[in-house]
Amino acid sequence: MKRTLLGFAIGFAFTLMLGWIAFPRALYTHKQQPFTFLHKAHAEKSGISDCGECHAFKDDGEFAGIPATEKCASCHSEQLGDTKAEAILVSNYVKPGHETHWLVYAQQPANVWFSHAIHLKRAGLSCQQCHGSYGETDQVKVYQLNRISGYSRDIWGHSMSRFRRAPGDGMKMSDCETCHSRRHVEVGCLGCHK
Amino acid sequence: MSARYGMVIDLDRCTGCGACMMACAAENNVPALPKATNRTGLTPMLVRKVSNGRNGVAQREVFIPILCMHCEQHTPCVSVCPQQAVEVDRATGIVMQMPQRCLGCRYCMTACPYHARYFNWWDPAWPAGTEKSLNPGVAVRMRGVVEKCNMCHARLHAAQEKAAAAGKREIDPADYVPACVEACPTGAIRFGNLADPNDPVTQESHSPEAFRFLARLGTEPKVYYKSKEAWVRALAEAASSTEVQHG
Repeated sequence: MKRTLLGFAIGFAFTLMLGWIAFPRALYTHKQQPFTFLHKAHAEKSGISDCGECHAFKDDGEFAGIPATEKCASCHSEQLGDTKAEAILVSNYVKPGHETHWLVYAQQPANVWFSHAIHLKRAGLSCQQCHGSYGETDQVKVYQLNRISGYSRDIWGHSMSRFRRAPGDGMKMSDCETCHSRRHVEVGCLGCHK
Repeated sequence: MSARYGMVIDLDRCTGCGACMMACAAENNVPALPKATNRTGLTPMLVRKVSNGRNGVAQREVFIPILCMHCEQHTPCVSVCPQQAVEVDRATGIVMQMPQRCLGCRYCMTACPYHARYFNWWDPAWPAGTEKSLNPGVAVRMRGVVEKCNMCHARLHAAQEKAAAAGKREIDPADYVPACVEACPTGAIRFGNLADPNDPVTQESHSPEAFRFLARLGTEPKVYYKSKEAWVRALAEAASSTEVQHG
């Protein structure tokens, strides 16, 4: 009897490890951004304190997301410092006028409609409530691509168990729903889908 | 305040040009289906031709644009869907189809009295290069799901976003006009909020010339039709669409 229980416990632990440690490692592949971009350095050196200064809205209220090269060029038309990343930006993107193909951590599936204007301007949410504190960090987050779905790891979140997640870790439909039900904001399917 | 979006289609003005069908397909990323027949195509907006059945000088024909009627009560597709993939939106009255939730059983197509629902028999495909002109506001549907008119929901999204960015709660009615309404060259299709008694469309829907197809079913469709011709108005209560000749 004792041996059976022990065997069960070992098997159970092994299966859990397989599912929570080995499987996620096999599921996600790591990708690198085109060059290093540090949010903290931009906040400290150029005094940009408002996310909206670079991540702006268009005239019709649509969120522009990651800024275009033109925005970078307003400061980096010529090289200001001596970092390798800036050299890549200026020579490969600013001078030839190419857009940077950033890997977007928060890219939602194609059938999701999310309005930044409604959530920020009407509901008064802060950027950090969904995106966490990435805008204050001094390192580039590794982009993890789900090999099966093709979505970013940030959609599921970095916690596999999803138990006591950090704010902004995960952008699943259930995360939207949790916040909506807490705030008693009712929308139909096509309120968020398209 | 919750809205009840609806239409009044003036059949006396409809020339059957099909601009509404083209605008609908372009707006909603409806794929080109070279193998499709009348029964297997995707036409969320479909102009049908109906004759009065007489010959010679007595012959009359009418073009009838058929789309989802957005039934308010006992909505047939909603009541049969085993997936809850379709619902009547409380805020707008729009019958919203969620193709991503659909399992493809097609029960709703059988239930719909207006034959306004369509099944994706093929993977969506576009002629090379044209996929770049797809509307980013509308998700492409996969093979094996049902779709229908969602009253150009992408345009409602855009209007809501514009209102929120301007600090307003209510959308500007001028910002939300479905593609078929916008495209109609004769202004036959009119769109408005039926919950607003001052809306010209609401007033038009109360005109003695206005009618709804199969109103006796009690599903309270929100798409009204209008004609001065008595024989056209009489089509409203045809027992089923098979009783009239299709063009």
